[in-house]
Amino acid sequence: MPHDGHDHSHSLLPSDPELRVRALESILVNKGLVDPAALNVLIDTYENKIGPKNGARVVAKSWTDPEFRARLQDDASAAIADLGYVGRQGEHMVAVENTPEQHNMVVCTLCSCYPWPVLGIPPAWYKSDAYRARAVREPRAVLSEFGVSLLPDQKIRVWDSTAEIRYLVIPMRPEGSEGMPEDELAALVTRDSMIGTGLVSV
Amino acid sequence: MSRIHDMGGRQGDGPVPEIDMEELFHADWEKQTLALNLAAGALGKWNIDASRHSRELLAPKDYAAFSYFEKWVSALTDLLVQTECLSEDDLNQQALRAAGTTPAALSAKTLRAENVAAAMSKGGPSLRESGPAPLYSVGDQVMTHSHNPNPVVPGGHTRLPQYAMGRVGRIVQRHGNHVLPDTNAHFAGENPEPLYAVEFDAKTLWGSAAEDNADTMVLDLWQSYLKPVTT
Repeated sequence: MPHDGHDHSHSLLPSDPELRVRALESILVNKGLVDPAALNVLIDTYENKIGPKNGARVVAKSWTDPEFRARLQDDASAAIADLGYVGRQGEHMVAVENTPEQHNMVVCTLCSCYPWPVLGIPPAWYKSDAYRARAVREPRAVLSEFGVSLLPDQKIRVWDSTAEIRYLVIPMRPEGSEGMPEDELAALVTRDSMIGTGLVSV
Repeated sequence: MSRIHDMGGRQGDGPVPEIDMEELFHADWEKQTLALNLAAGALGKWNIDASRHSRELLAPKDYAAFSYFEKWVSALTDLLVQTECLSEDDLNQQALRAAGTTPAALSAKTLRAENVAAAMSKGGPSLRESGPAPLYSVGDQVMTHSHNPNPVVPGGHTRLPQYAMGRVGRIVQRHGNHVLPDTNAHFAGENPEPLYAVEFDAKTLWGSAAEDNADTMVLDLWQSYLKPVTT
């Protein structure tokens, strides 16, 4: 096991990260521990198949279907699983609703925990030191960098994902969206609005 | 004191970078790193807490200098050696392996392409039926430990961030019993215990520097991180 202050095993591999990955991959493939075809499927899954469109459907359904909304608030894991979004980094879901009194925002200060089945893998900014360090201490300053301005009486609740619970922000339904069908509403819902660093507009 | 990954509240970082970046990856090797982590994780030789801890064990200068996926590939290498999937000799000799070497047959545990969807859909739930009964109810006030609460390794893995140590908050949700990362990361057992969402007032955490006294921060914390507050 590596210990603090000692050389780590990874230093035996090339220091250029691209070469480092390539070296490690070839070692693992040569030993039969990794199936190269599985790597391609994994990349395709998280690059093309699983992404924020899933979460947008959850949000739009919550806006239009009061029964679903109640289930989502009561047991988000089950309600989201019913739509087919399950698995790694979404095992235990909680949905938090924005209201005129409260805005919700999600961060992982210790690493980069993020609800993969509904949002895909996190964007670079979510994993940045600046977001991780600042979102809990000065969420309003961070939001202003995203161009988000809150209502005068809205307080902020920042959720730091320190366990395996994954939080999905349900943004407020925008004015002017009355009567829109679920799929049109889903198209309005942005990834950032489900992290709490964006708002939904028509 | 804490480790370098524990950066919540830290001063000195500039604006949030790459807010408008559309792509999820900067380069193909980042995609390979993600896939390699998931495929190697499926070997079942470690758990998610151990993999987080392996990144935290990077030297502070490396943690600060490495890009995100650079941390991942480096920590993954260390973990593969730690769990004896690979030897340092394997790493040393990699340069000698000529391209075109016939790979060994896939091991029984190797994640096959056709099993990827099922493996990712299955995930790794941390909720457990066993463990102690909850001591706290929604609305109760609690105080967090003022130092790293890890019960098995001094300075070991914990999910109690430094910015919330020794502070008073209130329970807002009970999540049931979950695997305790502090022991699981060190392969010292799952030891599930009650997990709570604990809400802290911004002023409690940041004092007069709080942006707005009405704002709050909520953290998911295990029962052994908490002490009762008598009111």
